[in-house]
Amino acid sequence: MWIFKMKINRKLFPYVLTLPALLVCVGILIPFFTAVYYSLQRYNLKMPHMKGFIWFDNYVNIFTDPSFWNTIRVSLTYTFFTIIIELLLGLGIALLLAKRTWLNNVLGVLLVLPLMIAPALASLIWRLLINPNFGVVNYILSFLGLEDFTWASHPDTVLFTLIMVDVWVFTPFIMILLLAGLRSLPRQPFEAAELDGVPEYYKFFRITLPMLFPFILTASLFRLLESIQQFDIIYALSQGGPGESSMVFQVSAYLQTFQYTNIGKAAAMMVVLWAICYFLCHVFVQQWHKLKIKTKGELLQ
Amino acid sequence: MSINVWSILKFFAYVAIIMFFLFPIAWIFNMSFMTNDEILRKVPVLFYEPTFKNYIGLWEGEIAIEGFATMYVYFKQNLINSAILSVGSVSVTLLLGVPAAYAFARYKFKGGEDIAFTLLSFRFAPALLIILPLNLYFSEIGLYDSYFALIWVYQLITLPLLLWIVRGYFEDISPDIEYAYRLDGHSWFQSFWKISIPLAKPGIAAASLLCFIYAWNNFVFALILGSSQIQPVTVGALAFITASAIPYGLIACGIVVSVLPTLILALFIQKYLVQGLSLGAIKG
Repeated sequence: MWIFKMKINRKLFPYVLTLPALLVCVGILIPFFTAVYYSLQRYNLKMPHMKGFIWFDNYVNIFTDPSFWNTIRVSLTYTFFTIIIELLLGLGIALLLAKRTWLNNVLGVLLVLPLMIAPALASLIWRLLINPNFGVVNYILSFLGLEDFTWASHPDTVLFTLIMVDVWVFTPFIMILLLAGLRSLPRQPFEAAELDGVPEYYKFFRITLPMLFPFILTASLFRLLESIQQFDIIYALSQGGPGESSMVFQVSAYLQTFQYTNIGKAAAMMVVLWAICYFLCHVFVQQWHKLKIKTKGELLQ
Repeated sequence: MSINVWSILKFFAYVAIIMFFLFPIAWIFNMSFMTNDEILRKVPVLFYEPTFKNYIGLWEGEIAIEGFATMYVYFKQNLINSAILSVGSVSVTLLLGVPAAYAFARYKFKGGEDIAFTLLSFRFAPALLIILPLNLYFSEIGLYDSYFALIWVYQLITLPLLLWIVRGYFEDISPDIEYAYRLDGHSWFQSFWKISIPLAKPGIAAASLLCFIYAWNNFVFALILGSSQIQPVTVGALAFITASAIPYGLIACGIVVSVLPTLILALFIQKYLVQGLSLGAIKG
């Protein structure tokens, strides 16, 4: 076969290997720049004749629009609470499961299952569980004296419901990374502390937590990036409602596009979200790279 | 005394964790074997005769509801679509990603790291930003509603994933083995095919299964870029739940069938999951 005998040019060769991946890269950058271009235009599918270049008017528009500020507020609230709860819960569970016992090993496997379920489907599962007519969770809560909890049907409780589903899906992510981190920590500091008779809480705050910190930082930055862009869970559960009480960035842009056909405005919103994500991604990649080198280095020693 | 309190607290923590994370999955399985009457009771029934009617109805595409005419559901097509899209995306990712991962691992070349990190950053770009213009493009050039277009867009999530995991595996293989094989008069392609790929095989297998899971679980791409003809189970199930008059048992059954493939695959890649989820940063 000719391919087995092919002579190769040393310098060009890596580029040849990466070329297909590079083409995908370019194929994705084109729509990206198109979106940026759209965001500078007055572009509504229902009014094609009005299409024209308006520079930053879309941006001025969204930033003077109270409903966009509502979107920002809701997105940040959602992100903040999901990260905090998932981090604390994930760390707690990881500590609980750190010892290798039979039960812990089985649970370590089973607890990952929610993470493997599509977030959109996770929302649907919970929709069946909290259904006002037959939801089994309502039945369980009635024993705790909580009757007719409104869940996603009331502006006051919808964010709680969404955060709960997000926590259900993504806590295992934090848990599994921190568990791997905990189990990879060197034993010597703990043995030394044991010999010195150092109290447990001191060991936790002065040894475990600082050594686990790179893992915690990487895992939470990862989640932060996904959480601020969450679409699936919210779209499948509340579609931004009731009213605009759960309207996050991507759901808002989706509705702008497909309900109001306002492409220019939706594109401007997405560019704002992209700018936030780009910054966060930069921080994330740095931390992630550091951690990668660190875990590799420890393996080499 | 204090040890006792501690272990009781621990016991309750275990119970609470199991209840919150595993009970919903168990209950949805349970529901999929119930009739509508059994589901609709205010006090949930625990003992009932399990019925396979929901599964049969889902597969055959029609279900008779008492008092109504026969209902038709098209969920089977969604399942087939999910399979086509996931298998298709993973195949394309393997074809594009494995050689690229090898190049990033073996050669230092100008712009190499930049390309690798740009691909990684796509993983974290807002999906809608890319999809909205694509939606308009695809309608124009007639690619809207085609498997090809969707599989191409799926590379946005699967390609960076595979690239960064497999790269780590190639980096762990000593280049000396390849050089030795090539000194025997074999070409680069032979050494790549007969030495490098077999050695990185566990990583490639685990990465492609994880890519499959991510592709299967994707929701937003097909929601926007495809009609119901080619939409996967994630979008299909949402349409299912919002449609009126579909029995709840059937909905539960649809959800179970949709999540089962990824749950089973997850058990297979247990060992590689940590490494995969952290994009190769943490060794599990």
